[in-house]
Amino acid sequence: MAAYLIKRLSQGVLVLFLVSLLTFFVIYFMPGDPARTMVGQARVTEEQLEAIRDKWGLNDPWYERYGNWIGNLLTGDLGTSMMRPGQSIGDMISNAASMTLRLNVMAFAISLLIALPVGVLAATKRNSFLDYFSTFGSTVGVAVPNYWIGVMAIVLFSVKLGWLPPYGADSWKSYILPVFVLSIEEMAATMRLMRGTTIEILGQDYVKTAEAKGLARNVILYRHVVRNAMLPVITLLGYRIAFILSGTIVIETVFAWPGLGQLFFDAISNQDLQVVQAIVLLLTTVVVIMNIVTDMTYAIIDPRVRVR
Amino acid sequence: MTRNAPDSTLDHVMPESTDAKDSTQRLALRAGTAPAHTFVDGPTERRKTWLRFRKHRAAVFGLGFIVLLVILALTAQWITPYTPEEVNLRMRGDGPTADHWLGNDDIGRDILTRLIYGTRVALLVGLGATMIAVTIGVAVGATAGYFGGRVDFLLSRLIDTLMAFPLLALLLTLSTVFGPSLRNVVIVIGCTVWASYARVVRAEVLSLRERDYVLAARAAGASDRRIISRHIVPNAIGPVIILASLAIGSIIILESALSFLGLGVSRPTASWGTMLSDGRDFVRNYPHISIAPGIAIALTVLAFNLVGDGLRDALDPRQRS
Repeated sequence: MAAYLIKRLSQGVLVLFLVSLLTFFVIYFMPGDPARTMVGQARVTEEQLEAIRDKWGLNDPWYERYGNWIGNLLTGDLGTSMMRPGQSIGDMISNAASMTLRLNVMAFAISLLIALPVGVLAATKRNSFLDYFSTFGSTVGVAVPNYWIGVMAIVLFSVKLGWLPPYGADSWKSYILPVFVLSIEEMAATMRLMRGTTIEILGQDYVKTAEAKGLARNVILYRHVVRNAMLPVITLLGYRIAFILSGTIVIETVFAWPGLGQLFFDAISNQDLQVVQAIVLLLTTVVVIMNIVTDMTYAIIDPRVRVR
Repeated sequence: MTRNAPDSTLDHVMPESTDAKDSTQRLALRAGTAPAHTFVDGPTERRKTWLRFRKHRAAVFGLGFIVLLVILALTAQWITPYTPEEVNLRMRGDGPTADHWLGNDDIGRDILTRLIYGTRVALLVGLGATMIAVTIGVAVGATAGYFGGRVDFLLSRLIDTLMAFPLLALLLTLSTVFGPSLRNVVIVIGCTVWASYARVVRAEVLSLRERDYVLAARAAGASDRRIISRHIVPNAIGPVIILASLAIGSIIILESALSFLGLGVSRPTASWGTMLSDGRDFVRNYPHISIAPGIAIALTVLAFNLVGDGLRDALDPRQRS
């Protein structure tokens, strides 16, 4: 077990190294001159621009820039933003991340609360109205682009009805639309998975055994079926949590939500290179860690995995 | 319809369509842990697959819709009475009329015409990027799985690296570096989503290379290259087809999201994503501009997903009874 953990950890470190290299080089080749973007409309001489480039290390050779970046990272220093002078990237990211997490935690909670029971019910009452409705809903739910639902929801609830604010994060009302939109896709995917897994497990021998023993239907459903059906759902959930940002970039732009996705998009648009680098590396680190955790969980549950 | 008897809920041993297998298998495919299945080529097997596919009414419907889209995309310049870039400022934001069935957009372009031209972008990106991804993925996966050892280790870490990136963030960055254009969108998406194919193919090849017919080919003196292309890849391609057909829809959504954010297909080319983005600024007064492209994306993605579901059921031998 320990050997397996060490192996996975060292692989993870290697992957993170490759990720940092790849991120660095993609951003290294980003067109445009950050120094020029930084001064904006102000009239500056070439010498002043050169001074800015020197100050931010833009003239250093790539290995020096990469080395400085990684060196500072390892001491926990993410640097300061070029485009928002004086702001530490660490603070910017942690503020934005907390806003993104708030949205997503709520969206995950709501979608699980609805999707899990509906999925199980649809599986036990096959071909019922609920079954057809949830199957149809989850098929459509994954096909409709969620940012479009967002735009449409703004038209309906903010413009036409005037019930909810169309953007920003000022009051509790601001959470409703983005959380609703984010939860749809999640709900659709989870419901589909839960229904399918439950159906499969209902056909297993151990369920028949439990049935033959004369256990009450609810006991079978809860103790034997739902518990086992949760495993793939948890896997899916782990995977989804790891990739939170991909799902929220567009939604946060639609609702002008001051989260990580918005921060990332602004940084890309403003050539705030250090911020882009920091966010990408942070998120890939989360993914790598989540992968190791998932693998270790599997290894604990299923010993065959370890020898692979 | 109603199944109220206490034990009737537990009595179906073999449900005809099990979504569980779908999703768990998809996860297994991603994780590279899906068990291998051999794939016998030939007309009879293909016919059987088609017969199984045809039983899925929804999948057949989806396929029909895709065929319709392809026809629309190919004949766009003949069937549309307007050009997609024809600006008519007097008709800015007009609703649907007899001449303009879906109305006009914020600068008076005919929305239906742009929608039809938009199928070109969607199909080109969806199919083009998938083709690039499958090519790279199969090549990398087969190489890693067949040769094993150090090659496998390095390629596997490359796959891990690519799969660790949040996809949309990576695409936005790359699109900024290379500049937004239709060609770049296809290439950038194709070159970033291949890792899942590589993982699946690698897992398949790992088991295939020990098969008797591969050993026989090797004993007969066949080169590695020949063994991979003739004996291994054709047998590992089944799961790739399933994965690809299910991925096209999400690629179409990705493209639309990129274009929506202004980093996909460049204006004034008609793409559903840019149409949505154009409409969004005027959504207060002219919501109809944003409605049409959204529905077009949803229907197209739905069609590809349904075909993917049908293909999986038709191709996956574990579902055959």
